[in-house]
Amino acid sequence: MENMVNIFLFGKKYQVPDNLTIMCAMEYAGYQLVRGCGCRNGFCGACATIYRIKGDQELKACLACQTKVEDNMYIATLPFFPLVKQVYDINNVSPTQQIMMQLYPEIYACIGCNACTKACTQGLNVMQYIAYAQRGDFKACAEESFDCVMCGVCSARCPAGISHPQVAMLARRINGKYLAPKCGHLEDRVKEIKDGTFEELIEALMQKPVSEMKELYNNRDIEK
Amino acid sequence: MYSEKFQESIKKVEAARDKNIALEPRRMTADEKEQLLAAYHPDYKQDEFRVLTVGPNKGEKVPKELSEMLEAHSRIRDMKIDLSSPAYDVDVLVIGGGGAGASAAIEAHEAGANVMIVTKLRIGDANTMMAEGGIQAADKPNDSPAIHFVDAFGGGHFAAKRELLRKLVCDAPDAIEWLSELGVEFDKDKDGNMITTHGGGTSRKRMHAAKDYSGAEIMRTLRDEVLNREIPVVDFTSAIELILDENGNAAGAVLLNMETGEIMAARAKTVVIATGGAGRMHYQGFPTSNHYGATADGLVLGYRAGAKLLYADTLQYHPTGAAYPEQIFGALVTEKVRSLGAKLINKNGEAFMHPLETRDVSAASIIRECSTRENGVETGNGFGVWLDTPMIEKIGGAGTIEKRIPAMMRMFEKYGIDIRVEPILVYPTLHYQNGGLDIDEDGMTTNVKNLYVAGEAVGGIHGRNRLMGNSLLDIIVFGRSAGKNAAKKSREVTLGALTLSHVDRFEKELEDANVDTCKVSPKLLPDYRRK
Ligand SMILES: Cc1cc2nc3c(=O)[nH]c(=O)nc-3n(C[C@H](O)[C@H](O)[C@H](O)COP(=O)(O)OP(=O)(O)OC[C@H]3O[C@@H](n4cnc5c(N)ncnc54)[C@H](O)[C@@H]3O)c2cc1C
Ligand code: SF4
Ligand code: SF4
Ligand code: FES
Repeated sequence: MENMVNIFLFGKKYQVPDNLTIMCAMEYAGYQLVRGCGCRNGFCGACATIYRIKGDQELKACLACQTKVEDNMYIATLPFFPLVKQVYDINNVSPTQQIMMQLYPEIYACIGCNACTKACTQGLNVMQYIAYAQRGDFKACAEESFDCVMCGVCSARCPAGISHPQVAMLARRINGKYLAPKCGHLEDRVKEIKDGTFEELIEALMQKPVSEMKELYNNRDIEK
Repeated sequence: MYSEKFQESIKKVEAARDKNIALEPRRMTADEKEQLLAAYHPDYKQDEFRVLTVGPNKGEKVPKELSEMLEAHSRIRDMKIDLSSPAYDVDVLVIGGGGAGASAAIEAHEAGANVMIVTKLRIGDANTMMAEGGIQAADKPNDSPAIHFVDAFGGGHFAAKRELLRKLVCDAPDAIEWLSELGVEFDKDKDGNMITTHGGGTSRKRMHAAKDYSGAEIMRTLRDEVLNREIPVVDFTSAIELILDENGNAAGAVLLNMETGEIMAARAKTVVIATGGAGRMHYQGFPTSNHYGATADGLVLGYRAGAKLLYADTLQYHPTGAAYPEQIFGALVTEKVRSLGAKLINKNGEAFMHPLETRDVSAASIIRECSTRENGVETGNGFGVWLDTPMIEKIGGAGTIEKRIPAMMRMFEKYGIDIRVEPILVYPTLHYQNGGLDIDEDGMTTNVKNLYVAGEAVGGIHGRNRLMGNSLLDIIVFGRSAGKNAAKKSREVTLGALTLSHVDRFEKELEDANVDTCKVSPKLLPDYRRK
């Protein structure tokens, strides 16, 4: 027998089984979701949700697809939040602090309240990654923010109006493109292919009868 | 923590752990694999398939649930749609905002075309975002595109279209370089060498990753690039029918605003279908690892317009979907868990198979273990086998799990399971649509001109099964090339008058074939409301 709990969707009361996620509880209650539902698996950030347990001071945030319902949970989804995304040309940015000052100057208005970190649905140290961005330490910002699903909950809580996930996105792209060490074997291989190094080998495979391909496949050596 | 009922079996898994780590289970012979598949793989269950009675693939079998959509009524049947003043008018229309669609749009834009994306949910709410394991490319000195070709061709049961596969493997290193240049953070050592691992069926370690957020890292970077280029993205808008011109060539799509129900038309000189997979069709009642919008829409759109399907009867059931707890039933447990050393263990603590057989073989083997062999663990939702994750820490050292598969750790942590010390329960989940629309080397469908397809909606690149890491690769390789080719082609196209007569024709065919259906398609979204 299922245990039922009372939840309040946008203030309206529903009884749902206690083992459901918020997302499934909404569907159980009769919602056909369109907005606020993407991967259903904690990767896309479409299902940002805020809630308060009755009698509790704290307003909490979560991903609806990743969070179980609780008794007396007051739930409001946050399917869209107006983040600021600045437009830039990745081939024309310099990997220095300058670029943050230019594109996202508001990060320097952070008052250190830590509301972003407390709200983060991924448990990231958001205030810290913003601090790294301020300093132009893009590598550290990229690492600290790596698990960000860009749900926007932190930004909804920020008194300084910062769009944290967009700041982190810029830092990660700069890190990936400019700061990470270049990959020699990749460059070599791209060149070899351009030079036609493998053409003969591949053409031979294009012609081989399936029986010979089976031979090849079943007897190929496998790297340990 | 697992409840009492699991403990007895867990103790056996723990007791045998060291022995199982040391053991290298024998790989199956080709014959053994064939017999196993025929007896246990869902693709071989004849009564779950139906023969199509209309359309270009008439006479061929597809999953029952797909046949219902392919032989359903159009959503615009009996509607008058004004094609004379379309709401959008572009060179290239990209349908779908996943990795294939975004890559196509970026390259079409780069080539100077006026391109737009329409997408059912938001851009990036897509299977691409969810890929954890990685992306293949033969870029190491001990590897080559030819070896990659053999792995993929064999893994796909020797059924791939070779010219497509050639393109896949030869363009792979360039795809990785393109992504790196866009800023994708691949796992590298301090000298810049890619950290690569095996995937099921690979003979070289060529799986590139960005921790276990490989797809997310790629998708968010592509999305950022689409936005930087200010390519118009119309979200929460589905294509529900293709528009052709009077010459029978693709010329746009009928669009549905998912929130307001408004119907609009988009005219385009070339169209790219990049609508992804079909997990939410729940074939044979399987749970799925896919995103909410994975409902095979592109196949339906293309089919009604006259495009052919290839291998639409083959699906990939990922061997390791989460079998427990219920909240994440069907969610993917990335293959990387096995790449890093975790083995599959039955309820008696026995490593019953080699952990890195191809996916179809692994899935069939787990189904056998849980059915006729009766060695599955009861979960409350069915059966599962153990995937012994603590092995990873023993092999790679403490901290390996947190470093290499943080998303996995987090997924189970939420339900009180610490995968560093406790094994997890898995069972196959509907994961990937092997088949799809039939294309030529340029990415154009074989029988509707100016209609391109990229990504999971394509059939034939991989054959009848796909290796992990070759799909993220194909969406980049074929997405990019579809974008370039669609842009190039759009310069030569002079559109004739727009028409939807093919929709009427299809309705007529249904009638002539005595198909009696009340269903409409494409499906767009599953309905999970309590009935
Ligand atoms: C959980 C998971 C893990 C995976 N792991 C790996 C991995 O490690 N390595 C690997 O290579 N592959 C992996 N795959 C497979 C791979 O991620 C996908 O096959 C691939 O990303 C598909 O890309 P796509 O662009 O074709 O489709 P998607 O990324 O799914 O994008 C399709 C888009 O089309 C939109 N759409 C659908 N219908 C319509 C319509 N009618 N109108 C408008 N828009 C529409 C959708 O909303 C979505 O935006 C994984 C898949 C899943 C689900
Ligand atoms: S950092 Fe902000 S946007 Fe990113 S996951 Fe946390 S709350 Fe969401
Ligand atoms: S919420 Fe805004 S102001 Fe407060 S610490 Fe975070 S970034 Fe700074
Ligand atoms: S639906 Fe994607 S994170 Fe919840």
